[in-house]
Amino acid sequence: MEPSINTAPAMETELLEVNLGPQHPSTHGVFRMIATLDGETITKLKPVMGYMHRNHEKIGEGLTYIGCFPYTDRLDYFCAMTSNLGLSIAIEQLAGIPVSERGEYIRIIMAELTRLVNHTAVTGFLLNDMGAFGTPLLYAFREREKILDLFEMASGSRMMCNYVRPGGVREDLPAGFLERCRPLVDGYSNFLDEFETLLTDNEIIRQRTQRVGVLPKALAIDASVTGPMLRACGVNYDLRKVDGYSIYPRFPFKVPLGTVGDTYDRYYVRILEMRESLKILQQALKELPQASPSMSPKGQAIGKAPRTFRPPKGDAYGRIEAPKGELGFYLVSDGSPQPYRYHIRAPSFINLTVLEDLCLGHKVADAIIILGSIDIVLCEVDR
Amino acid sequence: MDGDDASILVMPLPIEDIKADLDALLPGVTITVEGSALRIEPKDVAAVCRALKETERFRFDYVANLTAVDYPPTHLDVVYHLYSMGQRCGPVTLKVKLPREQPVVASVTPIWRGAEFQEREVYDLFGVRFEGHPDLRRILMWDEFEGHPMRKDYVVEDQNVLERPPS
Repeated sequence: MEPSINTAPAMETELLEVNLGPQHPSTHGVFRMIATLDGETITKLKPVMGYMHRNHEKIGEGLTYIGCFPYTDRLDYFCAMTSNLGLSIAIEQLAGIPVSERGEYIRIIMAELTRLVNHTAVTGFLLNDMGAFGTPLLYAFREREKILDLFEMASGSRMMCNYVRPGGVREDLPAGFLERCRPLVDGYSNFLDEFETLLTDNEIIRQRTQRVGVLPKALAIDASVTGPMLRACGVNYDLRKVDGYSIYPRFPFKVPLGTVGDTYDRYYVRILEMRESLKILQQALKELPQASPSMSPKGQAIGKAPRTFRPPKGDAYGRIEAPKGELGFYLVSDGSPQPYRYHIRAPSFINLTVLEDLCLGHKVADAIIILGSIDIVLCEVDR
Repeated sequence: MDGDDASILVMPLPIEDIKADLDALLPGVTITVEGSALRIEPKDVAAVCRALKETERFRFDYVANLTAVDYPPTHLDVVYHLYSMGQRCGPVTLKVKLPREQPVVASVTPIWRGAEFQEREVYDLFGVRFEGHPDLRRILMWDEFEGHPMRKDYVVEDQNVLERPPS
């Protein structure tokens, strides 16, 4: 009998469908990706969301306008202050409420501190996703805690701040706030320097992030991508400049832009944005109007907004540059104290539109860091 | 990495000018000004959106927000907020009135990818069918769910209300 040399048929391969999440730490919450793999390469990826859906918008329709504020804290729980600010700006547009001067400055301070919190934390998480477990994340969280201390001083809560209100803010800054805030802002660039020494020129990080998840400029605009993710592609679109809402036109700052639009650019744009935020903070802390003796400091901060009000019939779309992108609130009033329609345009929800395009052709491990660099919070995605 | 520190503010386009230009571009399309918004007919959505995106003068390349509002018992409004990233102008608000029974309108996802998830959300929560959407499925609720929770007449079952026993 003739010895068979190679009678085995050619090795058969088939595509494998893998569920990443919803219960997995790398998905930043209860997010699920159905990935179709050819070997280890992603050939198809479908995001599945809604596990955290509680129909925030329906709840809002049953509340007064002020009653919606505690719920906005729970949209993007890293950035409660900016979520509050977005709703305030939409309500002010709808009801024509003026904002007090001191209130504007306090809002800017809180919004930029929030940007620091968000970008610091997302950078830490990105490293966690790359396999640098724990240490870099804790460096980031150490700094975040200091800012949360300030939020606690001002609002009474570290994360669920519920602080910004139409017309200004809920309470004036407490005694001792500025004395603690100034050294933090002055010292933050030292932390960023230290963080960058660890990361920016790190060979491993460059290998893992450069040319990974490249988002073309045209696709980014077409898919309504906003925030640092858009600017990493080189599109100069920052609502603080474009809309000039609140008192941002008074602050000279640059809009950092990326060139390639890869994961590395998304990381580095955020670092540079934090440095610009520090400039804004320094100026705001310097120019914060002093409490005048004719009016109580609280009165100056909270402005002249009534607790309940009936906006005239109509609709308004207010949007701000939240740390994750364009946060918009679409409100429709029927003349009652409750919003007839209350819609949230969540930046991380819409930024996920391009997730599949970014991941195609990459390995599973890359998909994890691409998702990390998009910067999502599931409470905001699912609403 | 480049930076930019010039403050360029959005130029609000007068809504009447946009209407006049659209009327000239698209004969046979009825557009009415309603407050700061333009109301268009359901059959004209694709044509108007394509004109707004592709005409040199507008270049509305960015659909910022797409949602719906329910007005029982008669109709639903689908609302679009469009901006131009290239020309930094906007917004132009479009409103389309649809019947509550069988609301169907052309999808704008082939024009702007950014509408993909937003249209799925409106389909999920309001029951509006977007014709021509590449993947129209529920997005926030689960697939087997029945009904559209953001409709005003949706009855929320099992509210777990604790009632005081009669004394």
